[in-house]
Amino acid sequence: MLVYDTQLSSRLLLGTSRYPSPAVLTEAVKASGTGVVTVSLRRESSNERSGQGFFSIIRSLGVRVLPNTAGCHSVKEAVTTAHMAREVFGTSWIKLEVIGDRTTLQPDVFGLVEAAKILCDDGFQVFPYTTEDLVVADKLLDAGCRVLMPWGAPIGSGQGLNNVPGLRAMRARFAEVPLIVDAGIGVPSHAARALELGMDGVLINTAVARAGDPVGMARAFADAVKAGRSAFIAQPMLPSDVAIPSTPEIGLAHLV
Amino acid sequence: MRVSIIGAGVAGMTCAVEFAERGVATEVFERADSFGPQSCSWFAGGMLAPWCECDHSADLVATFGERSLAWWKKRMPTLDQQGSLLVAHGRHASALVELSRRTTRYEWLNANGIGELEPALGNRFPKGLFFKDEAHIDPREALPCLANRLASLGGRIHFGASGSARPEGDHVVVDCTGLAAREALRELRGVKGEMLVLRSKEITLNRPVRLVDPRIPAYIVPRPNGVFMVGATMIESDDSNRVTARSVLELLSAACSLHPAFAEAEVLELGTQVRPAFPDNMPRIVRRPGRVYINGFFRHGFLLAPAFAQMAADAVLTGEPCSEVAHEDHA
Repeated sequence: MLVYDTQLSSRLLLGTSRYPSPAVLTEAVKASGTGVVTVSLRRESSNERSGQGFFSIIRSLGVRVLPNTAGCHSVKEAVTTAHMAREVFGTSWIKLEVIGDRTTLQPDVFGLVEAAKILCDDGFQVFPYTTEDLVVADKLLDAGCRVLMPWGAPIGSGQGLNNVPGLRAMRARFAEVPLIVDAGIGVPSHAARALELGMDGVLINTAVARAGDPVGMARAFADAVKAGRSAFIAQPMLPSDVAIPSTPEIGLAHLV
Repeated sequence: MRVSIIGAGVAGMTCAVEFAERGVATEVFERADSFGPQSCSWFAGGMLAPWCECDHSADLVATFGERSLAWWKKRMPTLDQQGSLLVAHGRHASALVELSRRTTRYEWLNANGIGELEPALGNRFPKGLFFKDEAHIDPREALPCLANRLASLGGRIHFGASGSARPEGDHVVVDCTGLAAREALRELRGVKGEMLVLRSKEITLNRPVRLVDPRIPAYIVPRPNGVFMVGATMIESDDSNRVTARSVLELLSAACSLHPAFAEAEVLELGTQVRPAFPDNMPRIVRRPGRVYINGFFRHGFLLAPAFAQMAADAVLTGEPCSEVAHEDHA
């Protein structure tokens, strides 16, 4: 998968929040085989480098860091956080979240487009967390984004892919744009399904971090993503309304 | 043999009592002038909850926590063993189920059962988990209590003293200085915690209550005279200088959603400190020539310190390694 001219070896991206400990996180990252981890910046941790303990663990993982404006509810907050992230991690990559609703955590797509424009103009390479809305997607691409991250379901809900036709339409409409399903994936079969639909990748956090065995679950997701991608390349059969026998009927005995 | 313990937080004080009880001449050196806010222990909840602190390393936390609970019971006459209660709002019921799968020694309660234990919470929550064997102590009472016990055994505490003397002969230094030992223990990091203290006459709780909530987990520990401790945030930061408005907002929201009476409570105190933690969030005993470090208690100082004090004393007095938790390095 090629994003912003960077070749990623794995189609699985992993979030770093809510693990039982940094040691478990480290093992989960290894087991997942991921090449990219997202890190939420709480403003407090980045001020005066007071969060250096945790950030140095993240840096030592040996994978690319995609900082995240998680929890930002306004354009200004998201832009400020993006700038802090660039300074702390020395990367122009930013996963842009502008949250519009406290309960569903769904993106404020108006603020998202506005913030994406500001950040792209400022040299950031923006990964916007968005819905499956095609018009919003168009505006994000116009703003300068070269990758889109549609949700599967509300963040942390583990519901899976709530709008498969919407994701299919997005895939069909933006054949050349990397699409990474960002939120709501609960179990590996959800991830496999996303890849089977032709999505380029998935970003998982809670489903791994809050599993009974996060390391085992990271491995399961790695397998699922590979299986889903292989299935997509192998061109899945199309469903049919009627039964079609898989064994030939010729030569069956007729008992009359 | 004589032992000098540096740091009079819960790690240092439990260790001092443990050595003194075994007949070792023990002195404690504490940089500050008294027990107080320089130490994480001052702001702790004091929950002795081996089975509901089971997020990870459940077996180790349960084993050492149970041992520590027995230690406290023998030494703290005011220990309150009424169990702990975990509740969740209906939409987060699955979080309670998840938690229950990872632990033992609990029973499920319905709304009536919750109301029987805690009348103030009757009919507010559909389901709860009750851990009847768990207990809690007030840290600000426990530390002076350990100091009295140490004094009665002939040990001494030197406040306002750093105790930097180099160990000689059969003199062993036990370093219990938390994050201040970071230069020597390079893997230590700080995890900031914030707490607040409220007073309300309108609500009574008989035991610590935890609100299980994926966004804002919080606990409330009742203290005497209508005082409640509400804790605690967990932020990957080593800045202990300020409590943020956001954290206060989150903790108060949790308290008010547990019971609306907390909205009318008087705010007595806001507090913050930085917990020392190793990458696996479990404590360690690190032995180096002439010096033993006990550190990394993270959220589990009162819960685990006595068991680690016992293991450290065993290791120092017998020379045997304490294999489960010790890190023998000579960096």
